[in-house]
Amino acid sequence: MNQPYFTYEAEGQTLIVHLPEELDHHNCSGLKYETDLILSENYIRRIVFDFSKTRFMDSSGIGILLNRYKQMALSGGSIAIYGAGPQALRILKIGGILKLMKLYDSKEAAVTG
Amino acid sequence: MSEQNKPEILKMELEALSKNEEFARVAVAVFMARLNPTLEEVDDVKTAVSEAVTNTVIHGYQGNGGIIYLEVGIDGQELAVTVRDTGIGIPDIKLAMEPMYTTDPDGERSGMGFSFMEAFMDQVEVKSAPGEGTVVTMKKKING
Repeated sequence: MNQPYFTYEAEGQTLIVHLPEELDHHNCSGLKYETDLILSENYIRRIVFDFSKTRFMDSSGIGILLNRYKQMALSGGSIAIYGAGPQALRILKIGGILKLMKLYDSKEAAVTG
Repeated sequence: MSEQNKPEILKMELEALSKNEEFARVAVAVFMARLNPTLEEVDDVKTAVSEAVTNTVIHGYQGNGGIIYLEVGIDGQELAVTVRDTGIGIPDIKLAMEPMYTTDPDGERSGMGFSFMEAFMDQVEVKSAPGEGTVVTMKKKING
C-alpha cells in the first residue's frame, strides 16, 4: 500500500504524470506539492497526464487538472491527456476539461502535440 | 412478496478519513450489484457516493474526523443512498450547490461535487443546518 500515487517522467521540457488507479481526494493529496516542486526546479512547457491506469475518477481529479491548467496557462505552457477509459472520459467531459485540454490516443502523440 | 422483491437496507458507520472514500463507494457498488446494473450505472453511483463522502471528510468534519453514516436502500429498482454527518453544516445550501463554488482553502478542489451528484443521480436532496450537520439523500432508478 506504500506505492506512490503518482509517478513522474520528464521528456525534454515535457512532464508526464502517471495517474493512479483511483483518482479521488485521498489519492490526490500529494500532487500539488510534488508538481509544484518539479515545476519550480525544471523548465516545463507541457504537462501530459497519463490516464491509462485510472479506473475511477471524481471531481477531485477535475480540481487538480484545472489547477495545473491555470499554472501552465500563466507560463504560456500547455496540457495534454492520453489513455482515458470510459469512466474518466465521462467525468472529463462533464467537468468541462475537454474544452481546455486536448485528448490523445498515445503517449507519443500527447508529448508531441 | 418474494424474497427478491423485498426492500433491503445497508447501514454503515465509517470514520471520516479520506481513505474511506474508496471503501464507501466500493461498498455501495457491491450492494447495488443485486439490481443487475450496467457498468455505467455503477460508475454513476460510485462517483456520486465519492462526492458526498468526500464533502463530509473535507467540509462537514473539516479534516478533523468524525463519523459518516452511510445508508443504502433498495426498493424495487430504485436505489437510495443517504450520507449523513454531524459536522459543521452548510449555512447556504443553494450557494454550496452552485457549480464551481468551493470554500476549500488549498485551492485544489473543483467545486463540482454537488454538480456531479446531480448529474449522475436522478434526485439529490440536501438538508443541513450550521452546527448540526448535513444529510445528503440521492436516488437513482437502476434500469440495468
